[in-house]
Amino acid sequence: MNKNKKIQIIIDNKKIDCIEGQTILEVAMENKIDIPSLCFHSDLDIKSNCRLCMVEIKGRKGLCASCSTKTEPEMEIITDSPKIKRAREINLELVFAQHPKEDKNYTHGLSYRLLELAKEYNIKTDRFSDRKAKCPIYQFGPSVVFDSSKCIDCRNCVDICEKQGIGFLEIEKKDHFFQVGPSKDEKKDCIYCGQCVVHCPAGALMAIEDFGEVEKAIQDKNKIVVFQFAPSIRTSIGEELGMPYGSIVTEKLIAGIKKLGADKVFDTSVGADFTTMEEAGELIKKIEEGTTPCITSCCPSWVKFVEFYHPELIHNLATTRSPQIILGGLIKTYWAEKENIDPRNIIVVSIMPCVAKKYEIERKELEIDKLKPVDYVLTTRELTYLFIKHKIDLKKIEPQKIDNPLGTHSGAGVIYGASGGVVESALRTAYKKITKKELTKLEFKQVRGMEGIKKATIKINGKSIKIAVVNGIGNAKKILKEIKKDPKLYDAIEVMACDGGCIGGGGQPMPTDSKIRKQRAESLYQIDNEKEIRLAHKNPIIKKVYQDFLNSKEKIHLICHTKYSPKKRETKI
Amino acid sequence: MNIENIITKLEENNLKGRGGANFPTGLKWKMVKEIKAEKKYIICNASEGEPDVFKDGFILENYPEEVISGIKIALGTIDNSSAYLYISKDYYRKFKKDLEKLIGEHPITLFKKTGGYLAGEETSICEIIEGKKTEPRIRPPFPSQSGLWQCPTLINNVETFYYVAKIAKNEYKKTRFYSINGDAENEGVYELPEDYPISRILKETKNWPDFDFFVQSGGGIAGEILLPNELDQTIRGTGSIIIFNRKKTDLFSLMEKWINFLIEENCDKCIPCREGTYRIAEMIKKKKIDKKILDDLFFVLEETSFCALGKGVASPIRGVITKLLNE
Repeated sequence: MNKNKKIQIIIDNKKIDCIEGQTILEVAMENKIDIPSLCFHSDLDIKSNCRLCMVEIKGRKGLCASCSTKTEPEMEIITDSPKIKRAREINLELVFAQHPKEDKNYTHGLSYRLLELAKEYNIKTDRFSDRKAKCPIYQFGPSVVFDSSKCIDCRNCVDICEKQGIGFLEIEKKDHFFQVGPSKDEKKDCIYCGQCVVHCPAGALMAIEDFGEVEKAIQDKNKIVVFQFAPSIRTSIGEELGMPYGSIVTEKLIAGIKKLGADKVFDTSVGADFTTMEEAGELIKKIEEGTTPCITSCCPSWVKFVEFYHPELIHNLATTRSPQIILGGLIKTYWAEKENIDPRNIIVVSIMPCVAKKYEIERKELEIDKLKPVDYVLTTRELTYLFIKHKIDLKKIEPQKIDNPLGTHSGAGVIYGASGGVVESALRTAYKKITKKELTKLEFKQVRGMEGIKKATIKINGKSIKIAVVNGIGNAKKILKEIKKDPKLYDAIEVMACDGGCIGGGGQPMPTDSKIRKQRAESLYQIDNEKEIRLAHKNPIIKKVYQDFLNSKEKIHLICHTKYSPKKRETKI
Repeated sequence: MNIENIITKLEENNLKGRGGANFPTGLKWKMVKEIKAEKKYIICNASEGEPDVFKDGFILENYPEEVISGIKIALGTIDNSSAYLYISKDYYRKFKKDLEKLIGEHPITLFKKTGGYLAGEETSICEIIEGKKTEPRIRPPFPSQSGLWQCPTLINNVETFYYVAKIAKNEYKKTRFYSINGDAENEGVYELPEDYPISRILKETKNWPDFDFFVQSGGGIAGEILLPNELDQTIRGTGSIIIFNRKKTDLFSLMEKWINFLIEENCDKCIPCREGTYRIAEMIKKKKIDKKILDDLFFVLEETSFCALGKGVASPIRGVITKLLNE
């Protein structure tokens, strides 16, 4: 077969051009022809389990699964007929033979693929009794819940967990059925990346939700509720509310959060600027000391992965705290002092693209004067749910400016949301710290983009700095293999657990796929491009806080740095 | 032995695969031989996992030389190849010594089957030998294009290799093996012409019952149900005939035996087979058949199942319900 050979096929009497060997489902999706499917996900290998995407092909007996049937020249395909409809309906009814008839507990987001299809096909969800009604619910840390009574055995979660190189979710035979469940192996543990959640079409894997607590805090008159939102939220939440992928909605988002009742809204990108300052310093120090690689630590799933699976690398992790934790710490110290508020009365809520951030805020070692820097983390989906519940329409809302003093960020602070952003921001600042000069060209295009592993060598002052940027833990494991052979292969390694970085995080809107992630990321780079200040060290807020507050080693350490320790398995079954 | 024109001979003799699917053997060999690849595999499937089918065991016991000779002919025909003799646990225990002696230094590995019925399906065999879960693969690609470790792989049944050896020696008389059991007078395995109708097979082996009966032919689970007046046809599927005394047979327990076997043995990968089979079992156990639901379940099983196991669930149950329970 010729690669990239263009052919013509006919779908529902319409001539369509495609590449030979593309699957029928792929071609249909590209041409906006609706074929239902539950187990297909472009991030994963084709499994062809759900048998909903059945189509008829002229000259072939019976129905064919469009997800696993490749196109051939002149192929004639019908995607809708009484026979096809009947097959889809019965199979959907059979899906509900293992799924609750009514799902009252599903609050985050609005719906999931299975419910949408049930509505579209108007099937009898109660034709068969629910054989899974008594299946157990598992909890993974403070991040993920798996209600196995809702699991429809599509196995997307098992595949994405395997792709992440974790293999924590597995298939085991129980009561005559092969079923999905957490591993009992003490050498395996969940890293809370939440990729299973965003790849589940049945709402069986969910983020643990904290929006109820946040609503209570807002209503409590004695509490000052301060929100912050991660860089990537501003280019992703719009899609949950009916806007095109990659829509930039920063100021509408601020207005929406204010309308929910937040007392202040700050920007996690400011926290990111502090992280950049500290991490650039760590990188330079490690290069000078010869203790590279310096490995990023903003991603809590990655940190958990290192602590559990590779504790030997703990000393390479940057001790710099993640942006939300630094900003939360500053809110409860610097800002509280400035405003003369008792920090015990401040509730910090972070809107994050992530479910592992819920785990991060529970780390005891981050506490400042016995207070957690951040009290609650809500995912993008939870915030969407709150907007809808409180009838806040982002499309119509009047934009509002961010609050200060912790709201105005640099362009560098906002690209943190895309894979490569942390390293790029750190390099922009490290360049200045090393050379005492500013970069003329700020973009490090080699570390941008959706590829799983990106490598670059950057020359600063005649010295080559070797960089690896990785997204996806499966890819990170490849780099770990490399540095096991040659520990000095890289000076700086950035790792984000999720594909594409935080824009593809486990707390982000569904669906997610590589095209959507690309659009979310491009919008972040657009924001950076349009910013007047694009360097963390040029941000006046950063300068001022270092001058007025973070002016001693002890203070910097208290607010901006942390420590890590080897972890035993946390999941209990 | 002259193996040079073996493929032509297979084609001339019109030999068809004896695993049950009836694919022309010569064509399969040609496909694997002609495809370009650095490494190719041959698998002899001796995993016979369907209850009440035992002709492969008979062949391994009585004609192991021919079987190994057939595999050697394949090794000689297909370049850069090595072979696996994929064998059920029971047969491995019984015939290991004899087979190892015959294999000698030839590149044939005895591979003991893990798993049950589904582990005999050819793409599942590839998964198992590769050390993966017992699950069928998406086809195409077919094993002849991309099988074991993505290499072109020739998979034939034990009986097929036996007849390849016979054809190479010009001793093939267009026969096949039939196992006969159940309420049979003369239980056993018989080698008879492949074009014999079932009625003639029963009569020649002195197995035509003098009581009211029905048979299941072509497999002890997936085989079809035939009444005495329907036996003027050759066997479809694997060579097995099971005779049932109608008066003495409890039809619901027979169906329950099949369906319990299927629930246990299927891989639970696709919705129609996992959920459909379970719902049929529910109805059979309650002896309460809802015709509309059953019809719908048969429809999705036959039209949308991932593999042949699921597609074959309906036939015997439909046979019992329409031919035997309705009267």
